[in-house]
Amino acid sequence: MDFDAANGRTNDLRPDDARIALLKAKAKLSRLETVRLIEIAKVGHYTSAFSAAEIFAVLYYDTMQLHPTDPKWPDRDRFLMGKGHAAVGLYPILADLGYLAKETLDQYTRLGNPLGDHPDMTKVPAIDFSSGSIGHALSAGCGMALAARMQQRDYETYVMIGDGELQEGQVWEAALFAAHNRLGRLVGIIDRNGFQLDGRVDDIIGIEPILDKWSAFGWETHVVDGHDVASLATLLRALKADKTREKPVMILANTVKGKGVSYMETEPGWHLGYLAPDDAARAIAEIESMEL
Amino acid sequence: MTRPLSEGSWQYRQLNSKMPGLDYLSDALLALVSAGEPVVAGTADLQYSNGLSKFARMCPERFVQFGISEQNMVSAAAGMAAAGMRPYVATFASFLALLCCEQIRMDVAYSALPVRLIGHHAGISLGFYGTSHHATEDLAITRSIAGLTVVAPADGSQLASVIAASADYPEPIYMRIQRGRDPDVYERGTPFVFGKAIKHLTGSDLVIVACGSTVHPALLAARSLNAKGYSIGMIDMATVKPLDRDAVLDAAANARAVLTVEEHNVLGGLGSAVAEVLADEGLPVKFRRHGIYDQYSLIAPPTHLYAHYKLDAAGIEEIARQLAESGNRQPIVS
Repeated sequence: MDFDAANGRTNDLRPDDARIALLKAKAKLSRLETVRLIEIAKVGHYTSAFSAAEIFAVLYYDTMQLHPTDPKWPDRDRFLMGKGHAAVGLYPILADLGYLAKETLDQYTRLGNPLGDHPDMTKVPAIDFSSGSIGHALSAGCGMALAARMQQRDYETYVMIGDGELQEGQVWEAALFAAHNRLGRLVGIIDRNGFQLDGRVDDIIGIEPILDKWSAFGWETHVVDGHDVASLATLLRALKADKTREKPVMILANTVKGKGVSYMETEPGWHLGYLAPDDAARAIAEIESMEL
Repeated sequence: MTRPLSEGSWQYRQLNSKMPGLDYLSDALLALVSAGEPVVAGTADLQYSNGLSKFARMCPERFVQFGISEQNMVSAAAGMAAAGMRPYVATFASFLALLCCEQIRMDVAYSALPVRLIGHHAGISLGFYGTSHHATEDLAITRSIAGLTVVAPADGSQLASVIAASADYPEPIYMRIQRGRDPDVYERGTPFVFGKAIKHLTGSDLVIVACGSTVHPALLAARSLNAKGYSIGMIDMATVKPLDRDAVLDAAANARAVLTVEEHNVLGGLGSAVAEVLADEGLPVKFRRHGIYDQYSLIAPPTHLYAHYKLDAAGIEEIARQLAESGNRQPIVS
């Protein structure tokens, strides 16, 4: 479905240059902090976080209605991560927004700290749902969207899922359920970085044609460059403004796994990793030089 | 909304003639809705098996039909609970506790969300439907999940009381029930307290500890033996977790033997829970776990299976008498 052509408002909704610069800076912050935090843990999911950095930045600094002093505000927009292993890229944003103390961030993964490789809603109030086991989040998002309707609350539920996650059967149970129940305030985002732990997604269990699958399941679909903050923000603003939609939405965000660090990009050997100090310095230099 | 069942259909007649216990499920949930509780009821294509069809008819705006997708149901229920609702989701115990084990652990228990999981037709109560539909592992599984309360009501009245008590209970709960055809043990409205055993009889020769479907036959067995001159106590351990340790210690202190009886594998369920308390405390009481002895059930109508596995009143009486009279601690394999 060609939303952009059908909707003349998209241009009006494009963020201004200052906002675009801010979103790029926040994505850069997420990447730099990811390198710093994984240095504490000595192992982590750099590349999964890097592919999602712009998605995090746009959702948290442009799209979502939030209340950082009241993380459990009932009318806040919700964000769930099927690929919970990218949480290391989200924690710095939560800290930047004031949800987390900097000292907490600095003790990432240390004994008793609330921040682990996968996010825990019982330890971090700003996390809307715990994750770690791939495939649950879209179902949980369905429950939140349904609850919003029952409670007559006006919030959106965003669920970011990995492309490898589409191999989980439960995702498709949720896909049927959301369409059948007309959960129009549910927005899924596939971080299509092309890789999973054992290699290229399409070599392991192919998931194409992705858009046709979601369309056939009754979802409104969109494609976007997942690293283009202006396009992402414009699309998410337009989807939020469309209050009459009955179909749930799936956005295919084309991304690059490891985006920002040349030797990690599309290299399957970096799904999990640790950068020794020399490599970390090169990674930081490359991230710093990303265009703003 | 699916069209209602025709009154001449087999399913309609079953629903309206033989399931008083499960009818209480809808009634109890509707009472909570009337009291203003944010209750949602859901099922996975089993509204006529668990009686939630009545709830669906009376309160369609709070009913969610998930279709045959149990894992989606459990995770979505957790999502609803995270957004302030109180979901009660029901399906066969075999699918709920086994198929959805990981969703229960991650999304419900680890996330500490007040979801109520109702595993019905538990144990071997689905008789000749076979092992796919039997649940003789669900207590062991759910009991080992941190943060999850596990209850096994003995009849429809107790189920209704559990649901009433669950309104302000903050933890997630797994409720294990049978087919809704259990004979009445309790009067309607008997209050239920989580974590508190119900002592029906005291005895010095032996105390039977039962839960769920074995409470009624265990009571009959105890009364029968008492009429024959034995001194047999009987406890309903409706809350399997957290276990009422004091009730176990009291039984062990005042009787020479303790017998647990459950419609479940003897590994991991009620018997194991009681054994853990006795072993922890080093109590030298004679003890036996009676139930399904680590095997898959035969095919048969449920009542035939209960007789075969000595889980009916006569079978429990036989096991209890042997334990009361002998020092034999070996399991009696059916």
